[in-house]
Amino acid sequence: MLEEFTWAFIVGHINYWLFIVLMMTGLYIVVARSNLVKKLVGLNIFQVSVFMLYISMGKITGGTAPIFPIDMKVDPDVIYSNPLPHVLILTAIVVGIATTSLALALIVRIREEYNTIDEAGIFEVESAIARAENNIHGEAMGGRA
Amino acid sequence: MTSEVTQTAVTLADHLPVLQILVPFVAGPLTVLIGSRALAWPIAFAASAIATVIAFLLLMQVIDGSVISYHLGGWAPPLGIEYRVDAANAFVLLLVSGISTVVLAYARASVAAEIPKKQHTLFYTAYLLCLTGMLGVAVTGDAFNVFVFLEISSLATYVLIAQGSYRDKRALTAAFDYLIMGTIGATFFVIGIGLLYMATGTLNMADIAERIADQGSNRTVRTAFAFIIVGVGLKVAIYPLHLWLPNAYTFAPSAVTSFLAATATKVAIYVLLRFIFTVFQPGFAFEINTLVVIIIPFAILAMFAASFIAIFQTDLKRMLAYSSIAQIGYILLGIGLLTETGVTAAVAHLFNHGITKATLFMGVGAYVYRVNGSFYDRLEGMGRQMPWTSAAVVIGGLSLIGIPGTAGFVSKWMLVQAALELGWWPIALLIVASSLLAVVYVWRVIEVLYLKPPAADAVHVTDVPLSMLVPLWVMAFASIYFGFDTNLTLGASSVAANGLLGGSVLAAQ
Repeated sequence: MLEEFTWAFIVGHINYWLFIVLMMTGLYIVVARSNLVKKLVGLNIFQVSVFMLYISMGKITGGTAPIFPIDMKVDPDVIYSNPLPHVLILTAIVVGIATTSLALALIVRIREEYNTIDEAGIFEVESAIARAENNIHGEAMGGRA
Repeated sequence: MTSEVTQTAVTLADHLPVLQILVPFVAGPLTVLIGSRALAWPIAFAASAIATVIAFLLLMQVIDGSVISYHLGGWAPPLGIEYRVDAANAFVLLLVSGISTVVLAYARASVAAEIPKKQHTLFYTAYLLCLTGMLGVAVTGDAFNVFVFLEISSLATYVLIAQGSYRDKRALTAAFDYLIMGTIGATFFVIGIGLLYMATGTLNMADIAERIADQGSNRTVRTAFAFIIVGVGLKVAIYPLHLWLPNAYTFAPSAVTSFLAATATKVAIYVLLRFIFTVFQPGFAFEINTLVVIIIPFAILAMFAASFIAIFQTDLKRMLAYSSIAQIGYILLGIGLLTETGVTAAVAHLFNHGITKATLFMGVGAYVYRVNGSFYDRLEGMGRQMPWTSAAVVIGGLSLIGIPGTAGFVSKWMLVQAALELGWWPIALLIVASSLLAVVYVWRVIEVLYLKPPAADAVHVTDVPLSMLVPLWVMAFASIYFGFDTNLTLGASSVAANGLLGGSVLAAQ
């Protein structure tokens, strides 16, 4: 298995290595940061890494942009890149924008209600609510809310 | 085995697979454009009802095991997008659209009570888009299309959950957490699809399956499998990936919870089924190991751990959310058994549990409507004050346990049979044992409703309006009906299981 990792293999797949680095960076930020906006930035990096994966796989060595010449006389010798993954990722970009804007809207609402956008602060407020609920509803029932 | 109907669409009936999506999809923005608060609900209800009729017609066409292949825009697959309807997804389409219609009938009063007036139009738009997404996931035969529809329904779902913030602000953080986890899941899923495209050069599911069968498994395909299982697993709420579910279900508006609990996870399970059995060949040792070594233990863990947590809740709605995680465990267990009986049980339980949970959550919504909460101490003595609602909740509870004569029994019985068929009797015992935990948490509800006197300072309330009571009882009646008449559920489930497994002999034993 190790002999596959020649220098040419490593350099030739630089896009894919970067994809993995970006993906893990994004995922790490989502998990490690407690500020909701920073979490969202991490999520964005994570999503963008996938764009890189898709765009890389559509690229063909020596291939040009998949646009027909204006006279529509297609030279059979010309190699075109595969446009399909690129088109797919346009859809994924739109989805990503929708997700980001929705998340930002939610953060605005969270800030209005909790007066903080830090997870620790939110946790404090929520556990105070849960404790209050426990006092009212929980103790009589012997359980926890 | 399967006769394939491929025709150029001429009449309206030929366009049913795409109309299934288009009706709610067009109706959603239409409610915004018309902008009339009075018309929003009628439009949503009409669209959902039409979708139900279409789903029923589609199921009747494919129940004999045939497959409808609809070419979107006339482009032939594998280049064009194909909508492919067989018994498995027609069944899911009927479940989703049927429950959506009943919940919408119920939603009018419930939403009016829980959400401020100016949000109503947009609420129904989001609801229709959520429905569109789920139907789209079920109907499409194109892997990337699944991702797009999954995201349409997920984005709408986050909005719908956040609407609960008018009653409890924790709905906002619940929605945000779900958004983060859901997006990670969807992105994992899309990475998986990308890897599949790399390995096979196509996005049509049937085509991918064919090429994987030709070239055999390789590292890219296996990695794709792993990414897809984890990605969809987040949406399904497979046990360790379930963390978004309890808060999302607890804080969402009652109508939304009823709809989502009955359909959202079920649609995700359908995607899981489709990928495990149709796209990847279940013969691969790698896949069998994944199912037997990872999915089954987690499914059993979910059945027990989530049921235990459910027992100690003081809020009926949150208790039901945990019970959902446990019930998903049963469905996954059926899939993990990898036999026809097992998958039949899984598909049947998917349907039966959907109906059961819709009944229960609609009951919760009725209590919220009257006493503004679903904590047990507020529900004390409700059996006498709201007899009809409480009776429906009890029926739902019995179906949740799996008492003979209810829908829940039929599919659990199938599941036990499937385990015994393989000679895995310890698993059969575990299924029965975890049902006993369900007895405990359902009994607590019955005790609170009927055996406790109402609190001294409680206001006297009466049953909810008929517009909520009738849909609630439609679902409660369905929970009983499908316990006696098993022709539709078990019949369709076994045709679906047969189609999914492709009649192949599995060497899972």
